[in-house]
Amino acid sequence: MAKKKTEKSVMDRIAEANKPVTTGVDEKDIKQWVMIYIMGRGYKVPADLTILTAMEFAGYRFVRGVGCRQGFCGACGTVYRKAGEYKLQTGLACQTRVEDGMYLVQIPFSPAKKPIYNIQKEPYDVSVLLKYFPEIARCVSCNTCSKACPQDIETMDYIQCALRGDFEELAEISFDCIRCGLCAMRCPAEIVQYNVGQLGRRMYGRYGLKKPEHLKVRIKELEAKKFDKELDVLEKASKEKLVELYAARVREKD
Amino acid sequence: MQKIAYYPGCTMKTTAKNFEDSAIAVFKKLGIELVEIPRWNCCGTVYSLTSDDLMHHLAPIRNLIRVKEMGCDKVVTFCSMCYNTLKQSNLRFQQNEEERQKINDFMYREELNYEGDVEIVQALEFLRDSVGFKKIAEKVKNPLNGLKVAPYYGCLLLRPKEASIDNPEDPSIVEDLIKSLGAEPVDFPYKNECCMSYLTVNHKDIVAERTFNIIKSAGKFGADMILTSCPLCEYNLDARQREALEKFPDHLSMPVLYFTQLMAMALGLDDKDIRFDLNYIKPDDKLIKSNI
Repeated sequence: MAKKKTEKSVMDRIAEANKPVTTGVDEKDIKQWVMIYIMGRGYKVPADLTILTAMEFAGYRFVRGVGCRQGFCGACGTVYRKAGEYKLQTGLACQTRVEDGMYLVQIPFSPAKKPIYNIQKEPYDVSVLLKYFPEIARCVSCNTCSKACPQDIETMDYIQCALRGDFEELAEISFDCIRCGLCAMRCPAEIVQYNVGQLGRRMYGRYGLKKPEHLKVRIKELEAKKFDKELDVLEKASKEKLVELYAARVREKD
Repeated sequence: MQKIAYYPGCTMKTTAKNFEDSAIAVFKKLGIELVEIPRWNCCGTVYSLTSDDLMHHLAPIRNLIRVKEMGCDKVVTFCSMCYNTLKQSNLRFQQNEEERQKINDFMYREELNYEGDVEIVQALEFLRDSVGFKKIAEKVKNPLNGLKVAPYYGCLLLRPKEASIDNPEDPSIVEDLIKSLGAEPVDFPYKNECCMSYLTVNHKDIVAERTFNIIKSAGKFGADMILTSCPLCEYNLDARQREALEKFPDHLSMPVLYFTQLMAMALGLDDKDIRFDLNYIKPDDKLIKSNI
């Protein structure tokens, strides 16, 4: 009985990892506090929290607008302005630390045009980008999108690459996009930058990149059943044997 | 090899790739390397005449910041539209201190404040002033003797006069280039008329009629072809000949070339540099071969 109680399920462990970091800490031990304003209402929160954990500390429970908590999924886009400043700032709630006097609002979702296309049937030139996203021609190079990007991507630069059909450069610049949508929410020309970037990268992947030679070789090897015998051995091996083989495996350098 | 900062513009990279390819090859032949400015953006497309519309001057000015970032004070551009937009925005920027400050303040993320100190040079000006038509004539391998070429200035090379590359009322710069290549310039009354510009998007018929009239006039004065430096003029005069022919059955088609394509012919460059594959009306084989 006792053993069963201490053994946590995977779901319990995930839930625990996702709790605000201050859980279990006595409030009298917290030395630094800041005031933040969530949708206009003030809350005193510990200064070492991220916006996301501070909001949870304040009692909010996220069912949308939160994901990986590691700055990769792009679900927790946030807009804020600090008291006394004119600048409207943006960030990911899970990656931005709270500061005193932050006025916050979450952007859990961006209503954005997302056309359906078949890249196999589209020409590899600028016309495909203009066909699905003609509004890119409205870009006035104000650079507001780049200012909004929490990934520090030069968003405007890749939209300009889209306008001139430079798929390679577009793919290169936009590669780190996590599709949080903040660029599209700020754009005065109503461009949906991140979806333009995605179409561009897909086209580049399909037509621009060279087909890897080693893949062709490997597919031929698979078709010739080169590895079937080894796989059979593994499938029939005991757990102990598998552990032994795993420990003794040869790896390529990272 | 002499190097010069080069602003291509979006159209030179897409539908007017024949303009860019021939331009780079011709300049190389003349000993000049066109160095593309890094991180350039659209020129702004049309110079905004609205007095309180500074937003539309960010694009041209940002490009001039990129020129400064290269350590250059001078930039060459080929497309008449890009040239005109960059030139006029720069002039406005130079003349209005308040606007200058506003634009620089808005672009606070740029590392340098722009001071209005980049010179924008249209490629024809560069050929006249920095290379010289005499030198070009010396480099001609295949003189285009007997070829009659009508220069088409359109609006953007000559107007307004502050942005004109030549005498706006009586220009001769393209004629002088044509002569240096051994060909004969043909004067005709439509040479600085408007091609109807962006009406081509919604009113093809109006453009078709204008194209018909321009080409008819050039033909009447004996031209074999029309020469331009504007991708929009080229499109309207060349590709819209299809609609012109539908509307006016007596329309006689005429090839429309970028000046760099004609230069490439005269300088003896390859087909891959001349790129007639992207011209809608292909220059007649006999016409070309008799001149090369």
